[in-house]
Amino acid sequence: MKVFIYPTNSLILSDLVERFGHEPLAIMQEIGKKVKSQGLDSPPLNITPEDPKFGLKYAAVEVPSGVRGRMSLFDPLLKNAEAAIVVRDPVISFGCMGCARTNELVNFLLRAKKIPLLELDYPSTEEDAKEFVYKISEFLKSLKPAEEKK
Amino acid sequence: MDTITKMVVINSSKLLPSDVVIKLYESNADVLVKETCFGVMVSGERQVVDSLLSNIRKLDPYGIFIKERGFAPGEPYRCRATRRGGARPGFHNLENEDKMLPHIASALRALDKGEIPRLKQKKKKLDIEKLKDIIKETEVSQ
Repeated sequence: MKVFIYPTNSLILSDLVERFGHEPLAIMQEIGKKVKSQGLDSPPLNITPEDPKFGLKYAAVEVPSGVRGRMSLFDPLLKNAEAAIVVRDPVISFGCMGCARTNELVNFLLRAKKIPLLELDYPSTEEDAKEFVYKISEFLKSLKPAEEKK
Repeated sequence: MDTITKMVVINSSKLLPSDVVIKLYESNADVLVKETCFGVMVSGERQVVDSLLSNIRKLDPYGIFIKERGFAPGEPYRCRATRRGGARPGFHNLENEDKMLPHIASALRALDKGEIPRLKQKKKKLDIEKLKDIIKETEVSQ
């Protein structure tokens, strides 16, 4: 199953989802497409005038372009998400995760999508980590296994 | 052809990035390998990289963490060699999560042993009726 992770650039969540046999939906895949696609229009991320149109699906034109630009990257992830793991108030939000309004909107859209959702806090102690990993493993086990990649 | 880059973050007491790099070279797979301070970056065809890294993970299942990376190793827009130094974007998040990796590793070890952690009980919020009673009790009678 395709599992959306938040923070979408998280190493821990991405690794755990893959470890337990599902496909993580992370922002790195989308950024990779923008970087590697042929014929860079506007390096380094190859955002073309077409991209903010995807963002317009979620936010009005007067909303800051940063939100719309980010939403254009999140669009395919949200569209394909079949389940989601969300870490509440992650300590750090840099780079692609550095926009509070986009993060709020993404969390709202995930809830509105009515998909299986697991909410957690980042662990700070070993006991917390055990609970964190256990909850994620139980949640992922309850989902259908990921389809074999072609 | 779907080319991807994966980051292998090593947080192990028995494995060094250089050991992993040697193993990757030994495999003779058609991939680009870069050793870094936190581990290794591997770039190549998706299927090749995925199967290679699933074998690499077996070297230390609790000490190796893997995630995909958008940019290729040494990408001039991200590589600090061409950006006059400083941490590259994305490093701060990695650094922050790196501190939690020993805890995650021991949690994974406990999970494999079949240990079920005692789930924390959520603190209940104060009941509104109880609050009203407290207010009534503390009110100064006029």
